[in-house]
Amino acid sequence: MTSHSPAAAAVRLAGVEQVFTTSAGGMKALEDINLSVAPGEFVSLIGPSGCGKSTLLRIVGDLIQPTAGVVEVNGKSAHEARVKREYGMVFQAPVLFDWRTVEANVRLPLELMGMERRQREARVREMLELVELGSFIRHYPHQLSGGMQQRVAIARALALEPTLLLMDEPFGALDEMTRERLNSEVLRIWGQTRTTVIFVTHSIPEAVFLSTRVVVMSPRPGRITHIVDIDLDQPRNDQSRETERYFELVTDVREGLRGRRSGGSEGRLRAEGGIG
Amino acid sequence: MRFAVRAVPPLLVLVVVIVLWEMSASGAGRRVIPPPSAILSSGIENFEQLRRATLATSYEAIGGFILGTVGGLLVAFATSRWLTARDVLLPVAIASSAIPIIAVAPILNNWFGVLNPVSKMMMAALLVFFPVLINSTRGLVEVKPASVELMRSYAASDVAVLRKLRVPNMLPFLFTAMKVGATLAFIGALVGEYFGGSSDVLGFVVLTSMSSGSFALAWAGILLGAAAAIVAYLIVSIIERVAIPWHSELDAS
Repeated sequence: MTSHSPAAAAVRLAGVEQVFTTSAGGMKALEDINLSVAPGEFVSLIGPSGCGKSTLLRIVGDLIQPTAGVVEVNGKSAHEARVKREYGMVFQAPVLFDWRTVEANVRLPLELMGMERRQREARVREMLELVELGSFIRHYPHQLSGGMQQRVAIARALALEPTLLLMDEPFGALDEMTRERLNSEVLRIWGQTRTTVIFVTHSIPEAVFLSTRVVVMSPRPGRITHIVDIDLDQPRNDQSRETERYFELVTDVREGLRGRRSGGSEGRLRAEGGIG
Repeated sequence: MRFAVRAVPPLLVLVVVIVLWEMSASGAGRRVIPPPSAILSSGIENFEQLRRATLATSYEAIGGFILGTVGGLLVAFATSRWLTARDVLLPVAIASSAIPIIAVAPILNNWFGVLNPVSKMMMAALLVFFPVLINSTRGLVEVKPASVELMRSYAASDVAVLRKLRVPNMLPFLFTAMKVGATLAFIGALVGEYFGGSSDVLGFVVLTSMSSGSFALAWAGILLGAAAAIVAYLIVSIIERVAIPWHSELDAS
């Protein structure tokens, strides 16, 4: 499927299946998910509502246990990786604690891992500088805009210097301008930290602009139908969004979502595997 | 400053009510509802007696408030921590709130000793216990699922989830209950006093002065009881502002 050996993969999913039991019986949320993400990759999961992309992200984060299949993070089980705090997570809502200042919110994971105070303060400051909120450390979350709150959540997720960053539609609730600005910011942070990112979105331009690979999913049951390699030059900037290649890739992903995409060897192979 | 500006309109209304009361108190009603001036002069006349009574009743109410708050909190922690505790304790606690408090007063007086202020504290505590229990349990249990998920993603222990998420989440609920409880405690203490005990308490002063026809003194006692309850409420509000600054700012915005 990919050229990476399993041991070297940041994330490896093999035959993952998720069945939710509802009052109406079993509901298959995910079927035969196979995916390998190399260290340093930026992989987006895209698909319509109900395709299980958020469920898949939660499975990688060991917040949900899959019904079947293998989930490995850095060569360990997802559970082991969570207990060792090897990933940071950013949710659709910022999930900041109202009672903590910006600084104290970013400090939360460091407190939980028992980091020493002086080291902690330095790290918090560093993370808030990274998301350019250094002058807002004493503010409470409700005093910040939605975009700023989400930047605090990103700083918090990065505070433990995770090797893997899981982001679940982090900018879905923001306006287009804020979203584009934060997209550029995420790319800058990714460039600086070199962490592996799995990013769930339902925005095609966002997925193409950010990713090294876009994984297209379809619903009922949720499965991977296409994988589109995004070969835009790095580092990317606002000009990248205006290149011809960018629009071609946006079209590729869009057609993949409509189930009409014919090109892309890897994608087609996956598509046939998934449908069969 | 902002507080002073906000305080002006209600104070004006209060002054108008007092003036109207003063002017309208006449005829037959004058004996039962005396004008504020008569209440005031009776209050000054019996200052020492009223001072001692107010302090004694406040002592009972505050003691009961603390007992009820601590008790409610303890049961709330137990019910939110152990499902069995919730199944066993919550129905009992809810049933306890349905007990007619007046009927319990003589029992508590006999139980703890009619002259023992603890019997009045238990009355106050009973009234405070229930709102504290229900609100604190809500605050401990009703945390955002996403917050719990966040803590799980950090592999946080149950103790850490309690300390860093559930307890802070509970505090605004607890303060709401404590503000209600601050005034309820005085009602509980006064009701207890109606059923006998020390003669140096507001309930006794109100009861005996009414039966002897000195309604002005009775009203002075009633108003002092209300004033003490309002002061207790304000003290809890001030502690709330200091203890959970993020919440009072949320209210203001």
